Amino acid sequence: MNNNVNINPTSLVTTPLLKCSNLTLGYGNKNVVNSFNYEINAGDYLCIIGRNGCGKTTFLRGLAGVLHPKAGKIELRDNLQRNQIGYLPQITIAQKDFPASVEEIVLSAFQGKSLLLPFYGSALRNRANECLALTRTENLRKACFRELSGGQKQRVLLARALCAAERLLLLDEPVTGLDPESTEMMYRIINDLHKKGMTIVMVTHDVEAATKFATRILNFNNLTFPANENVMPDSVPASPYTLKQISV
Amino acid sequence: MIDTLLFYLDFPFVRYAIIVGTLISLCSSLLGVTLVLKRYSYIGDGLSHVAFGALAIAAVLKVTNNMLIILPITVTVAILLLCRSKDTRVKGDAAIAMVSAGALAIGYLLMNIFSTSGNVAGDVCTTLFGSMSILTLKPTDVYLCIILSAIVLVTFVLFYHKIFAITFDENFARATGVNVNFFNLLIAIIIAVIIVLAMNLVGALLVSALVVFPALSAMRVFKSFFSVTVAAIISVICSLVGILVAILAGTPVGSTIVAMDIVAFLICYLTNFIRNRRV
Repeated sequence: MNNNVNINPTSLVTTPLLKCSNLTLGYGNKNVVNSFNYEINAGDYLCIIGRNGCGKTTFLRGLAGVLHPKAGKIELRDNLQRNQIGYLPQITIAQKDFPASVEEIVLSAFQGKSLLLPFYGSALRNRANECLALTRTENLRKACFRELSGGQKQRVLLARALCAAERLLLLDEPVTGLDPESTEMMYRIINDLHKKGMTIVMVTHDVEAATKFATRILNFNNLTFPANENVMPDSVPASPYTLKQISV
Repeated sequence: MIDTLLFYLDFPFVRYAIIVGTLISLCSSLLGVTLVLKRYSYIGDGLSHVAFGALAIAAVLKVTNNMLIILPITVTVAILLLCRSKDTRVKGDAAIAMVSAGALAIGYLLMNIFSTSGNVAGDVCTTLFGSMSILTLKPTDVYLCIILSAIVLVTFVLFYHKIFAITFDENFARATGVNVNFFNLLIAIIIAVIIVLAMNLVGALLVSALVVFPALSAMRVFKSFFSVTVAAIISVICSLVGILVAILAGTPVGSTIVAMDIVAFLICYLTNFIRNRRV
């Protein structure tokens, strides 16, 4: 539960952390990801790119355990636990107007550890403050979430994800809708975390940044899922970029 | 006026009304914050109509303790409405509207066809607007209300942080390992219990006011989830003032309480407005 962010990076290279085999994910009758095999290694900075509706977010939801696989499985390897994974979902409309202090939101990350106490102990509070410092939001601790700027909101949610994450961070479009300055700051924070040994999986539309920062890129446009009529009709023009799981 | 008040307070039914009124407005305001923030404001309305329909069924079946019918039906519908997956055909708001109107219609139909008293219109009006029911409470009603409210309050305090986590971000809570389905189920059951209780106080049609107004008022002024939840207790003051005014002025209890809630909302709205202009 204590700060495990400072893991020695060299000790983690190329151990598989997550293994998807024959993974099928979808909603209702629709399959969005079909029989997909993939491995995520410790120390990866993986960017997932692709056009809207191709299943990037669905895949991430699957990895986060929010969506249960319809078939196949996601294995946590190398002794990775569910509660060592931090998840930054896309911000919802309801959250934009939510009366909550930054502190309350960040501390809520610990609820997965099944504690039933009406108060948070000092160890958890210290950890929360550390995560706020890592995302440069420590001065916003008492601020009201709905009054923050878009960039600040996103960094607070990153801090919350970080509280839950000890080894793996799943980020869903963390810079969408941010101004260039906030975007740059966000990337800098994520880079710093990666250098400290955190494995990063990020869904993004920012291909330029993905090629610049990522150690691996997964392009969902180039994946053809068999027997899947709901995604990627042929009439859609091919994507202008042809990156496929390249290593930078 | 004080004398008249003391005179009325000597009657047990007035004391019962005050006890029940305080407890119900406290419970409904606490859970109201969660419902409003989860965009389920209308659920109070829908469920109260279901409770009305259930009451009609209980009347037709001539059950002695109608809670035995009303509570299970309302809890079931609450679970069906609140714990469905987000990707079903009929969307949440449409489902609530459908159930709400349907239950109201069936309830009124049953009451008409199998009318037990000569004054159907009066019965319906009493159930919908709660014009007299809070002043005709029996000691058993009061004990039941105290026990159920105590359960609701203890559950809320115990699971306060979990409720906050899934209200703010259900997906994140699920990802970190919170048993979201269980807590959604718990919230649905608690809400159903509160609504059935609140029907005694303000009647089926005004129940959603008790759930929604305190949360909305508190959200104008306060900025953290904790302070909003605590401030929603203004609802207790509104209910007390409403009951006393209703007794003194002879107005219907339910609508007087809701009128007080509206006044509190306007005060909070203005406070916020003035504060923002000064900055």
